[in-house]
Amino acid sequence: MKYAIIRFPGSNCDWDLFYVLRDVMAVTPEFVDYRETTLPDETAAVLVPGGFSYGDYLRSGAIARFSPIMAAVKAFADAGHPVIGICNGFQILTEAGLLPGALRKNSSLDFICKPQPLTVTNATTLFTHEFDAGETVMFPIAHGEGNYYCDDATLAQLKQNHQIAFTYQNNPNGSTADIAGVTNERGNVLGMMPHPERASEAILGGDDGQRLFASLIASVTAAAQ
Amino acid sequence: MMTELSPAEIKAQGLYLQWGLSEDEFQQVEKILGRLPNFTETGLFAAMWSEHCAYKNSKPLLKQFKTTSDRILQGPGEGAGVLDIGDGQAVVFKAESHNHPTAVEPYQGAATGVGGIVRDIFSMGARPVAMLDSLHFGELDDAATKYLVDQTIAGIGDYGNCMGIPTVGGETTFDAIFKNNTIMNAMCVGILNVDDQQKGAAAGDGNSIYYVGAKTGRDGIQGAIFASAEFSDEQESQRSAVQVGDPFAEKQLMEACLELIHDHADILVGIQDMGAAGLVSSSAEMGAKAGYGMQLDLDLVPQRESGMIPYELMLSESQERMLLCVKKGHEQEVEALFAKYESEAVKIGHVTAETQYQLFHKGQQVADVPVHALVDEAPVYTQPSRQPERLKQVTEQFEPEIENMNDTFIELLEQPTIASKHAIYERYDSQVQTNTVVAPGADSAVIRLRGTNKGLAMTTDANPRYMYLDPYKGGQIALSEAARNIVASGAQPLGITDCLNFGSPEDPEVYYELQQATKGMAEACDTFGTPVISGNVSLYNEFNKQPIYPTPMVGMVGLIESMDRLTTIDFKHTGDLIYVIGTTKDDFNGSEIQKMQNETVSGQLFDFDLQVEKQHQDLVSDLIDQHLVASAHDLAEGGLAVGLAESSFAGDLGVAVTVDLPQSWLFAETQSRFIVSVTPDNQAAFEALAGDQAQLIGTVDDDRFAIHTNGQSIDMSLADAKHSWKEALAWQLN
Repeated sequence: MKYAIIRFPGSNCDWDLFYVLRDVMAVTPEFVDYRETTLPDETAAVLVPGGFSYGDYLRSGAIARFSPIMAAVKAFADAGHPVIGICNGFQILTEAGLLPGALRKNSSLDFICKPQPLTVTNATTLFTHEFDAGETVMFPIAHGEGNYYCDDATLAQLKQNHQIAFTYQNNPNGSTADIAGVTNERGNVLGMMPHPERASEAILGGDDGQRLFASLIASVTAAAQ
Repeated sequence: MMTELSPAEIKAQGLYLQWGLSEDEFQQVEKILGRLPNFTETGLFAAMWSEHCAYKNSKPLLKQFKTTSDRILQGPGEGAGVLDIGDGQAVVFKAESHNHPTAVEPYQGAATGVGGIVRDIFSMGARPVAMLDSLHFGELDDAATKYLVDQTIAGIGDYGNCMGIPTVGGETTFDAIFKNNTIMNAMCVGILNVDDQQKGAAAGDGNSIYYVGAKTGRDGIQGAIFASAEFSDEQESQRSAVQVGDPFAEKQLMEACLELIHDHADILVGIQDMGAAGLVSSSAEMGAKAGYGMQLDLDLVPQRESGMIPYELMLSESQERMLLCVKKGHEQEVEALFAKYESEAVKIGHVTAETQYQLFHKGQQVADVPVHALVDEAPVYTQPSRQPERLKQVTEQFEPEIENMNDTFIELLEQPTIASKHAIYERYDSQVQTNTVVAPGADSAVIRLRGTNKGLAMTTDANPRYMYLDPYKGGQIALSEAARNIVASGAQPLGITDCLNFGSPEDPEVYYELQQATKGMAEACDTFGTPVISGNVSLYNEFNKQPIYPTPMVGMVGLIESMDRLTTIDFKHTGDLIYVIGTTKDDFNGSEIQKMQNETVSGQLFDFDLQVEKQHQDLVSDLIDQHLVASAHDLAEGGLAVGLAESSFAGDLGVAVTVDLPQSWLFAETQSRFIVSVTPDNQAAFEALAGDQAQLIGTVDDDRFAIHTNGQSIDMSLADAKHSWKEALAWQLN
């Protein structure tokens, strides 16, 4: 089983995800270039990393979503396989229509990088079942456009379908309903602004992030059996 | 559009003077060439012989610096210096100033300062792993300065964040003297596999010269010349001399260059950044270093504006460009590799055996000069030097006026130079690459070396106020403070880079400051065994003939041999014993409290003894080796009270301290001091090793911050003190 990490021009958290998957979680990550049109054989999950795809001089993720690989990612998600987008990856997945809502500029208008306490709002997803519902976890954020927005009708749906995976305890960026991470309706696509891959080793200040990857790995392992 | 004057017109009209070449220098060029230089050639010499490129005023002073150590793989003279750190790895680092551009266009000035130093690091074959900065602004009492601060931070952040290089540390100070001369120094640290180390050299007759990266425009023309002139009210702001940055282009360029270096070492002869003085300095330096000449066809240079003349093409400082020398016959390999990264690679010329530097444009030869004349034959000046009057005075130490210790303490914590800088560093991505072990806000930033049990500690330090009162002792202190920060984090100092930010060297008093500061720094480098492996010089930081305080910035890197030596500033447990290492005196001239109460610093700087400093650092290093300290923190601005507060705030624990000192001495800035905390089980072993160099002053407490003196006490809730310190800068920036 392979964990496909999509690399766009300007991705810069690609190696961070790679190292966590390989060195901490002991699974097999593989980079996939944005110009590819298919995912590697045996792809069990797709991870869209953080960074600044194409520099993000336009709206974040607005260009990356047109990359050749995105059709394959969409087909993979439509088939019910797990896809996770972190930070810029979240922005790209919303631009691509794989997740509801949009990410706007932070309410402070400034880039913000700091650890954030989050509440695990839904601990039953493919990505969060190793957490306890309502648990506090500490993941860093690092973004200029992480202000999640959706309209009231969408928000009502998100709540009703339990699509809100993580919420901020002290909303740093103006996100609607303190949303830090959401899934699609089916629950197999997760987007989140905070960085679990930066919180997966004690030496870096915390390892809460490991359980997100452990959840994902357990989910795909179970699905394969 | 520029008009190209004829050689005779250049001489008659004295055009070279506007470009910064003196009469004597112009005559020297004429003598070298045996004829009058044409328009392009005059421009080449003016740029290459500017202070920024040639160090013509500072070279004799830089010779004082130690440039050797067992670890040196590359000293000054290349893109950046290189030090061996074992296991086949080396650390590469350099700092560079971008003061003038930041002063006139802070966002792009700061951003391109970051971009330039990053290119210097990856041109050596290293992957950039950390950024630091050293910023000095005017007081936060007017909207223009607040704008400057905001935009400088945005520029640094946007560039580094997009590149995916964590900004892990730095310093920011505020003082009226910097109102019209912002100091923006950026430092980049990279990690290199020793086998990948590169040089900026173009050797081998017939080998290809490749231009890679962004196209050339008219931005930043004369940047190096601009950096070598002063500001004044009469001059327009010279905004056109500032470049525009594109971090995405640089990220792609970096990945392409690193892949070329790692996977195609056999075809790459040399690589260099197109930095100050753009194409001319990179190409001429690469040829001169290798002892070869070069022919370049300027029509082939990728251009994003039409009608550019050779002078503009050669002196443009458009960003995100590199120059490569590639073995003949391997052109397609290089072009295919850069195409993969959507980055341009164009062959613009070739190396020649004769050491002439020859440029062609529209079928005409537009320059033909000896390459060594451009690079190695700039005149070197030892300027007249005169001790400023203020340094001759013998004065008493300032005596602070304190009515209420709690009030004075809070006022000090709220000084922007002392207050928490989180409002600044939270705008930088400090964690990308997932190696940041100690994030901004500590003595040193620490990153781990992935795959080893080692780490690197790094810091930037300048102290313009001490320098102003005594450039010699100030130079020693700048080095010492950097080393103290490195040692307190559990590392051994490896070496330094520096930016020498001063006024005009043609002012004898400024030249005196430069002489004294470099002398002090050089002596301290010898004491700490830290060679100077790279750096830059930024002179002419003046406004209306008022020079800045001398501001040499020291960027130091240390090696943590084993991560169990890692030591942080935060108090760890209630009940731990607090010791101060070093003695405290009434050292107030140049201090934060003097500046706070008098609005400026004055008087004779307090005493400083390098040997005592070294002893105390060695002691702290030994204590860390024996695992006898729970925390360690160096004492700097604001003295003992502020140092204790910083360790308290970082650990969210209070203190109960009693010192046998006059109350005001809590704010004295006597050098060579540390505060350390020690668990009670280690008390005996600690005291046996430290002896009378350390004094027990109290214990770590829960939520009360109390320091008792011979006079009044500081006694308040930890939360109140921390709130003032933490929020003060954010309030003042708004």
